[in-house]
Amino acid sequence: MLLWTDALLFLLIAGLVAFAWHVRRTPHLREPWGRVARSRTGMCAAVVLAAYALVGVADSLHFRLPASQGPDGRVHWSAEVLSVLDLALARLRAGAEKTYSAPLAVRLHVRETVERPDGTRVRERPRLRYGGAHLADPDRERWPDVARRALAGAAAGLALWAGAAAALAAALARRWGIAWRAALARLAAGRTELPWRPMLATAAALAVAAGVTAWLAAGYHVLGTDKVGEDVLYQALKSVRTGLVIGTLTTLLMLPFALAMGLSAGYFGGRVDDLVQYLYTTLNSIPGVLLIAAGILMLQVYMASHPELFETTAARADLRLLFLCAVLGVTSWTGLCRMLRGETLKLREVEYVQAAVALGTGHGAILVRHVLPNVLHIVLISVVLDFSALVLAEAVLAYVGVGVDPTMTSWGNMINSARLELAREPVVWWTLAAAFVFMLGLVLAANLFADAVREAFDPRRRVR
Amino acid sequence: MEEALQRGWRGRAAALAALALAAAGCAEPWNNPYPAREARANIYYTDFQERPKHLDPARSYSSNEYAIIANVYEPPLQYHYLKRPYTLVPLTAEAVPKPRLYDARGRRLPDDAPAAQVAESVYEIRIRPGIRYQPHPAFARGPDGRFLYHHLTAREAARLRSPYDLPVRATRELTAADYVYQIKRLAHPAVASPIYGLMSEHIVGLRELGRRLEAAWREARARGERWLDLRRFALAGVELVDRYTFRVRIRGHYPQFVYWLAMPFFAPMPWEAERFYAQGVLAERNIVLDWFPVGTGPYMLTVNNPNRRMVLERNPEFHGERYPAEGAPGDHAAGLLADAGRPLPFIDRVVFSLEREEIPRWNKFLQGYYDMSGISEDAFDQAVRVGAGGEVSLTPALRAKGIRLQTAVLASVYYLGFNMLDPVVGGLDERGRKLRRAISIALDYEEYISIFMNGRGVPAQGPIPPGIFGHEEGEAGINPYVYEWRDGRARRRPLAEARRLLAEAGYPGGVDARTGKPLVLHFDVTGGRPDDKARLDWFRKQFAKLGIQLVVRATDYNRFQEKMRNGTAQIFTWGWNADYPDPENFLFLLYGPNGKVRHGGENAANYANPEFDRLFERMRAMPNGPERLALIRRMVDIARRDAPWVWGVNPKAYRLLHAWVGNAKPNLMANNTLKYLRIDPHLRAARRAEWNRPVLWPLALLALALAAAVAPAVAQWRRQERRPPLEGAGS
Amino acid sequence: MIAYIVRRVLYAIPILIGVNLITFALFFVVNTPDDMARMHLGVKRVTPEAIERWKRERGYDLPLFWNGAAEGAGKLTETIFYRKSVRLFVFDFGRSDRGRDIGEDIRQRMWPSLALAVPVFLAGLLTHVTVALVLVLFRGSYLDAWGTVTLVVLMSISALFYIIAGQYLVGKLMHLVPISGYAGGLDAVRFLALPAAIGILANLGANARWYRTLFLEEADKDYVRTARAKGLGELAVLFRHVLGNAMIPILTGVVAVLPLLFMGSLLLESFFAIPGLGSYTIDAIQAQDFAEVRAMVFLGSVLYIAGLLLTDISYTLVDPRVRLG
Repeated sequence: MLLWTDALLFLLIAGLVAFAWHVRRTPHLREPWGRVARSRTGMCAAVVLAAYALVGVADSLHFRLPASQGPDGRVHWSAEVLSVLDLALARLRAGAEKTYSAPLAVRLHVRETVERPDGTRVRERPRLRYGGAHLADPDRERWPDVARRALAGAAAGLALWAGAAAALAAALARRWGIAWRAALARLAAGRTELPWRPMLATAAALAVAAGVTAWLAAGYHVLGTDKVGEDVLYQALKSVRTGLVIGTLTTLLMLPFALAMGLSAGYFGGRVDDLVQYLYTTLNSIPGVLLIAAGILMLQVYMASHPELFETTAARADLRLLFLCAVLGVTSWTGLCRMLRGETLKLREVEYVQAAVALGTGHGAILVRHVLPNVLHIVLISVVLDFSALVLAEAVLAYVGVGVDPTMTSWGNMINSARLELAREPVVWWTLAAAFVFMLGLVLAANLFADAVREAFDPRRRVR
Repeated sequence: MEEALQRGWRGRAAALAALALAAAGCAEPWNNPYPAREARANIYYTDFQERPKHLDPARSYSSNEYAIIANVYEPPLQYHYLKRPYTLVPLTAEAVPKPRLYDARGRRLPDDAPAAQVAESVYEIRIRPGIRYQPHPAFARGPDGRFLYHHLTAREAARLRSPYDLPVRATRELTAADYVYQIKRLAHPAVASPIYGLMSEHIVGLRELGRRLEAAWREARARGERWLDLRRFALAGVELVDRYTFRVRIRGHYPQFVYWLAMPFFAPMPWEAERFYAQGVLAERNIVLDWFPVGTGPYMLTVNNPNRRMVLERNPEFHGERYPAEGAPGDHAAGLLADAGRPLPFIDRVVFSLEREEIPRWNKFLQGYYDMSGISEDAFDQAVRVGAGGEVSLTPALRAKGIRLQTAVLASVYYLGFNMLDPVVGGLDERGRKLRRAISIALDYEEYISIFMNGRGVPAQGPIPPGIFGHEEGEAGINPYVYEWRDGRARRRPLAEARRLLAEAGYPGGVDARTGKPLVLHFDVTGGRPDDKARLDWFRKQFAKLGIQLVVRATDYNRFQEKMRNGTAQIFTWGWNADYPDPENFLFLLYGPNGKVRHGGENAANYANPEFDRLFERMRAMPNGPERLALIRRMVDIARRDAPWVWGVNPKAYRLLHAWVGNAKPNLMANNTLKYLRIDPHLRAARRAEWNRPVLWPLALLALALAAAVAPAVAQWRRQERRPPLEGAGS
Repeated sequence: MIAYIVRRVLYAIPILIGVNLITFALFFVVNTPDDMARMHLGVKRVTPEAIERWKRERGYDLPLFWNGAAEGAGKLTETIFYRKSVRLFVFDFGRSDRGRDIGEDIRQRMWPSLALAVPVFLAGLLTHVTVALVLVLFRGSYLDAWGTVTLVVLMSISALFYIIAGQYLVGKLMHLVPISGYAGGLDAVRFLALPAAIGILANLGANARWYRTLFLEEADKDYVRTARAKGLGELAVLFRHVLGNAMIPILTGVVAVLPLLFMGSLLLESFFAIPGLGSYTIDAIQAQDFAEVRAMVFLGSVLYIAGLLLTDISYTLVDPRVRLG
């Protein structure tokens, strides 16, 4: 079961791998990317981003389980689409409560009328079905149990991390041609070219946090549950993919268009340049929200008139997500287009391009063979620089009502519903807090990484 | 530890707040959203959530618009404020009219003649003399008797913000001709009244008038005119008898017509007002009839800034209606009759402020800036405590503020409908019936009400909500296909039964027995609100209990409407608010010839059962009584067996009042209730000051923290500055 | 110079035509006149006849772009596009589908928008420059390091959180300002203080960081070093040289935004119920009022183009070396 966004996401990853290989072989690209790799904050941020990416990719491997078998032996598939992440988090997904419960709670957040076996009715906060269900006397045993689990989780996380660190040391030792212990010592002292030590520290923090969460999640709702009793941690994790998709695919989707426009404007100049500039000034001058609203409405018309194309809720939501990316792309592609145009203008004057022109090589061939490979890194930079703004934009669009599908988990949707929960008394803060923390983590890491990239490529703006 | 810290902060906070108060030297709250001079005025504060689309009584058809215009316009009849069940009483009329029935040959029939014989019924309405319109420039005449403002020039209109900026205003007496004028307006093409279609079925000659007006209007537009004088057009079915009397001829027997006479559609419209507002120079300033009503009611709309606020001001010409002297049992004890016989209205001014978001609205209510409030789902736990027996009371926190709670079951249904034209969920055969009934049992509306409505609702047992004739309580009233009566309570039938029904329908375990395919149903919704996801997830879970997969098809409002019209929707949720307290207004939602797809009517499920339809036609024209009840019982039973709807919920309205609000009694039918209310502005001012003392310590703390963060750096920097520069010291 | 401006203004016309075509196409693909009629007539008891009437009343019964039934020029002018779009070029916005005069609405709602946007802009500029200056003044110290980190964190927080938290803390818990709403005149201050503060805070991270880099760049230039070497105090250097010179890119960058201040802020206005053009836009989208949306799109585009023009002009004023080609 391959969703559109999955396919594009994997395409992006393949592209990244190919690009990395290309960079290694191209000296003038190697140098600035090397600078990125040597930046301490940049690489720590990259570790965090990698963790998010791991969650996102696990959530992009989708499949459907067989629901039933027909008389002819044909298997019919369930309409519910699952991902690898869903499998990993099966415990969270299945453990739905009735309604709100606070983080690590053992009772519901609200009072309910409960019928006692003797027929009397009382108003109380009932025990949760899953959270702390293993405790006999929750009021006394809960906190010691939580502490025990947290410690065990931290220890497990650290052990995992230590193993990974040791493996890394071994790999580095082989490359540096020194003993394993020496490599370990170098890592510990921070005497390495790449900032391995801070990266390992970041990884350690992540591993401990993951360990603690995992161990606690086995018995509790670590971040509480929402109105229909769904685990908030599960939602926050599911939102990661939405954020990543919007942050990355938006640029990717507009890529062919931006490339064609930017390259031809820069290369041919004159009328073509005027036309492209006209196009992007026109599109740019339409207020973005209005353009997005119109786009989303248009998609809904299409979906309403072709219901047979969308067998599952996931497929519908996915198409809307993809379309949102495309429309966001239309409102934000001009920056990339302008950069590509500028770079092409420069490249046109380069000797080998001039030589190719003199030799009578066709324009198409020149563009594909000589210009395109040399502007590709700009695309990546633009992905990195636009990423955080797009993730933030998703939340705002959800508020305006033209964001991702309401059935899709996203931070924007979480914030939007949690906004109203603040008016409750006692206040329900955990959904908002979870969205805040997870979103801040991703955007902060992306911003820091973007800084490193910017510094590496724009020496003028290097900040001391 | 944390607590100690907090106590420490609070102590300091109190000191700081005291300081701030001393400095400010007064007790006026800082967060009062209204001007300080209004603090002790006799003003009632309330809100509106979106700008009203229409304030023209011929067009307006939604409760938020009625909240305003029902206090300005006066139709002939109104609902009694206190009596229950809801009773029609005269407002401007002398009496509630009784129809005179005639057969096809024009012979008078007795009042209890069978509906089939009745060809025409005639309502004669006599209004009271001496009622006057609010002062308005449309009525203003010069010394020569000519209207002052019916021919404004662009220059005269240029600075106007509202019609009341014009210096001269006048009034005139209400006459029956104004009512006739309004009924003609229902057929005016430019007015586009939502009940034109319905009324042209009933009022003799209305459709024909509509056609004539259309042609005349086209010609008038071609000549560049903006107004048609409807007095020149005759309407066959409406006759002006004398200055104060008019007659309406209705096709057949339609006893529900009197209820329409209590709605603003039948309020009087002075031709002068329509003429005045038809001036192009005013329309350019947004001064139109749709925005500035002209009525005889207790209030007049003087400020209408739909972007911010609307203000109703006491109409100085009001005819001096008096507070009702009798009410329902218990009203006397509740103090609702203390003002009996006093002239209405009690409040001088009503301010509606725009409040789009729920949270600010609720918080402002708690701060004392709105006098009355509903309770949002999220604020429910804060406000209401549900007792062990299900009885509701306010939480101590709110009771300490003197707030009171009032509840009432609304005459509304929110149901889940099946499209009966759909090949899977529709059809009147046994398969479709069983499938729908299985779903009806599985959809646990008790849980829905407790999660999404905080228990503010009762699971509906049929199409007729409580408070409407034909609704039955207790064991007799339950839907036997979904509930059973055990231990004196209606209990939902077990899930096992639903599974059995599903299997009998041919889908054992949610799998089609013939094809082996899992049963996938489609739920068509309009999406977008933050709460939707939770709600949709809940529905999905309910269907999953039977092994049915529910696919949600969310779309925007228009698309959804289109699906409903084309009949491509499968399962949907829908609602209906009563227009009037008569079972006809609910049962017609299931009447075959009202089908949405085939006839464009309000029967959204496209349910068509010939037996039901036959009974409906008989029941429609009957007066309430045992005979009618027997028919309704049979109809309800047919509908329950066919289960075209999962009957859903009859919502309950909860409303909170501050201590300073008096004479409030929930009335689901009447909208012109502002005139009865009373407030105590002095108590309100005192409470507001008490509840809204500014808290300043966090700001001080923030400033301190910033200073603490910067201080060491400044100190170090100064040390550096004092040191002589190492190089270039010679200059 | 004048010839240049005239040429730029003429250049704007095809762009505006393009904008008009795009929005027109977008909104009519998704929103047929039938839909609009239904939306405006409400849910209860709407007959096909009523819809026809509504469309005829508002001129939506014409063909979209080409009227084959009309004669001569009428083939072009007797269409929805011509009737509804061409008048915009003389800033005649006509009536909204809900029957109000749009020009009048915009004139009224412009003021609350400006009352919020202008203070946010000016005070924001002042605050952001000040913060940046402080960081530059203390560069190399712990204050600079932590300050920069704080700025990155601030810019990584969604604007929604600032608004939600601000409303909750300042409005609900501290009772300092009305939670939402608006009033004219001096009273407006009480309503605008919180949204303005939030507007400034939400942009602090990104702007102050950018200004800081600009200042640092300037502070490292030779003439500044010389000034410092001559014994000028650090404060004097900062204010006299660094600030003055770095303000040029800041101001020219900021000029582009100036005209767009009219459009107001979507989020702040709708959260705080300020009746400006931002909330007007959101209302129009949600009510699917095509006439209003089109007017706002047109206005937004005109202002955007005005911003571009202003930027170009300010460059030439600041730096005479830039020739206007």
